[in-house]
Amino acid sequence: MKRQIPLVLVFTFGVLLAIQYFVPSEPSQRGYEFVLDWITIIGIFAMVLGIWSQIHVGYYKIKHRSEDWQYSVVTLVSMFAMILFGLSFFGGLHGTIFRLIYNNVFIPIQATIFSLLAFYIASASYRAFRARSAVSTVLLVAALLLMLRVIPTGPLADPINQIGSWMLLVPNLAAKRAILIGVGMGGVATALKIVLGIERSYLGKD
Amino acid sequence: MTLHDRLLALDRRWVFAVLTLFVITPLFIKFSVPVTPVKEVREIYDFIEGLKPGDYILLSLDYDPGSLAELHPVAYAMLEQCFAKRLKVITLTLSQTGAQMVEEAVKDVADSCKLYHGFTPERGIDYVYLGYKPYPGLIILGMGMNFRIPFPQDYYGTTLDSIPMMRGIKNYDNVKAVINLSAGNVSDYWVADGNARYGVKLALAMTGVMAADYYPYYQSRQIFGIIGGMKGAAEYEKLCKNPGTAAEAMKIQVFAHVVIIIFIIIGNLAYFLGRRKTAPTQESR
Amino acid sequence: MEQTVSMGTILWTTVGVFLTLCMFSFLYKDNPFYKFAEHLVVGVSVGYWAILLYYNGVNPNLFSHLFVFTNDPTTGAEFNSWKPKFDEIYYIIPALLGIAMWTRFSRKYSWISRYPLALYLGISSGIAIPVTMKNNVLSQLRGTVVGLGFDWSTSGFLGVPQGIWDIVVVIGTISSLIYFFFSKEHKGAWGGAAKLGIYTLMIGFGATFGYTVMARISLLIYRIQYVRDWWKMIF
Repeated sequence: MKRQIPLVLVFTFGVLLAIQYFVPSEPSQRGYEFVLDWITIIGIFAMVLGIWSQIHVGYYKIKHRSEDWQYSVVTLVSMFAMILFGLSFFGGLHGTIFRLIYNNVFIPIQATIFSLLAFYIASASYRAFRARSAVSTVLLVAALLLMLRVIPTGPLADPINQIGSWMLLVPNLAAKRAILIGVGMGGVATALKIVLGIERSYLGKD
Repeated sequence: MTLHDRLLALDRRWVFAVLTLFVITPLFIKFSVPVTPVKEVREIYDFIEGLKPGDYILLSLDYDPGSLAELHPVAYAMLEQCFAKRLKVITLTLSQTGAQMVEEAVKDVADSCKLYHGFTPERGIDYVYLGYKPYPGLIILGMGMNFRIPFPQDYYGTTLDSIPMMRGIKNYDNVKAVINLSAGNVSDYWVADGNARYGVKLALAMTGVMAADYYPYYQSRQIFGIIGGMKGAAEYEKLCKNPGTAAEAMKIQVFAHVVIIIFIIIGNLAYFLGRRKTAPTQESR
Repeated sequence: MEQTVSMGTILWTTVGVFLTLCMFSFLYKDNPFYKFAEHLVVGVSVGYWAILLYYNGVNPNLFSHLFVFTNDPTTGAEFNSWKPKFDEIYYIIPALLGIAMWTRFSRKYSWISRYPLALYLGISSGIAIPVTMKNNVLSQLRGTVVGLGFDWSTSGFLGVPQGIWDIVVVIGTISSLIYFFFSKEHKGAWGGAAKLGIYTLMIGFGATFGYTVMARISLLIYRIQYVRDWWKMIF
């Protein structure tokens, strides 16, 4: 019961939903609507696991005084503060403090985290982006040509733009299309393995 | 220690410092960068321009603060274009941390319309903000059947049937197109679950990191346009005759790109000099 | 026109700038300011998400089916009163299945979570099979063969007829696919095709790198503009 029923569920719903795509009849559409509605609700509950996990990790670090445990206090306090200010008593999603924290704490930090990557890509360009072989030279030249499109190069601007467009719509298109086809085949194979019960890692150990 | 050894051993913080200098300097220099819109950007602009007042369009603004820099300019320019054309705009976000930011952007543009276009688009009449839902694939599939499945209410808790502009609007069949502004794999879901499943007319605006990967969909006409990164954003702003942060950012981009190209050249020169000096077949480090 | 900025705006923006600089301080080396901001954002984002999930997820998608509650859309004040309703009581089933997911953390009862998980995987896999096949495989193959016009009259890049470039796309796609095919040794003509494939792929990756530089710099520019605007506001 612990392993067989989940396998039956996966198979039944997998096959039904795959067939549903080809049978757009009224009852099949209704069933499909129901499934989409319910599965979203189930999924929302699953997300609570992520929040619980965050609390659990923080609590564990503080309890055991792990390295840098003080920062876990910052995480937990800020999390509960955000939840508190988001309660309907404070105006929910439209509460003033909730919005202020989002705009002046969350946005600046998250935006800056990603902006740090600008420095690392500059460093990588200097230290690692080398023409070590013919293959890496092709990569380097392609990147340089794409980058040159941003710079006003006077009379050279037009040919550089043309090369850039050609690169995107000919070799880049071919390369990315091959990857897409490969990913697609892999995705379908994985989904089939799950539906047919060949892939069972989600069941865990028992 | 020779010059190339020194160059190869350069502390990365010097690289950081030079980049910072090159990014700050253009803020004090007055110049403009020529921006020429490419076909894939122009197609989106032309499509929206070709719509009639009262037509519905869905803008799925699926990005978070981490990619706000690249996609906010497109969102602002496109929303203003849609409002100015008196289109009915359905907005939503499938990004878990972008909901408030997107809400404010939509409201900002609607409020600014009074100043630039002489009228204020009203929430519920001219536009609606459906808010956020998790699991983009399921939500896109759900909206294909009925917007009310994933979004029984809008962001403010109003049921969809009580919103005047949503009465009689069931699914993608009622919207002329979906424009997805995305900073992640939500675009994949829109192409697969929106276009492949329901035949949604779709265009994408995305971060630069993603742009090159979506050209196969453009060529196969699964999407009818691509706005890629800050350059695409600046091109869209130019088409809308609405220069904003992207236009200014392109000035800085020029300086930053120059310095990164110089880094690549110096790095390679040092590498080749070092390789010649040691052994021809061995790498210096 | 001179605009007056409130003290509150100045203070909150200053907090934002301070946190921005905390993050940038990592470029010099790891330090307590960076760690503080890093952990702060994790907490704030989880808290924000929890609230958003409640107001935009649990409430409209579940509670609205199980309860009648008054709310005022203009002020945003929600849930002034709750009353259970029974005409859609069957919504309790997905709720129970969702709650069953939480048993994941219990050693004894974690097997219960397999049921909703199996349901989720079955549904998403079933939906994905035809859609992925159409989107990633069939549409792309169609785009490669039918979608390309093989137009010999239009002049393309370098004045070469577009039809030639269309053939290049076909060859590039096939050779890139061959590169990924490892069941046959890359030797002889097959190896040559795989080699052409890797060069094609490298141009593709180069294009991505070129765009990535622009993307990363864009994010930095936005932060610089943010600090600059704060500076202008203060001084």
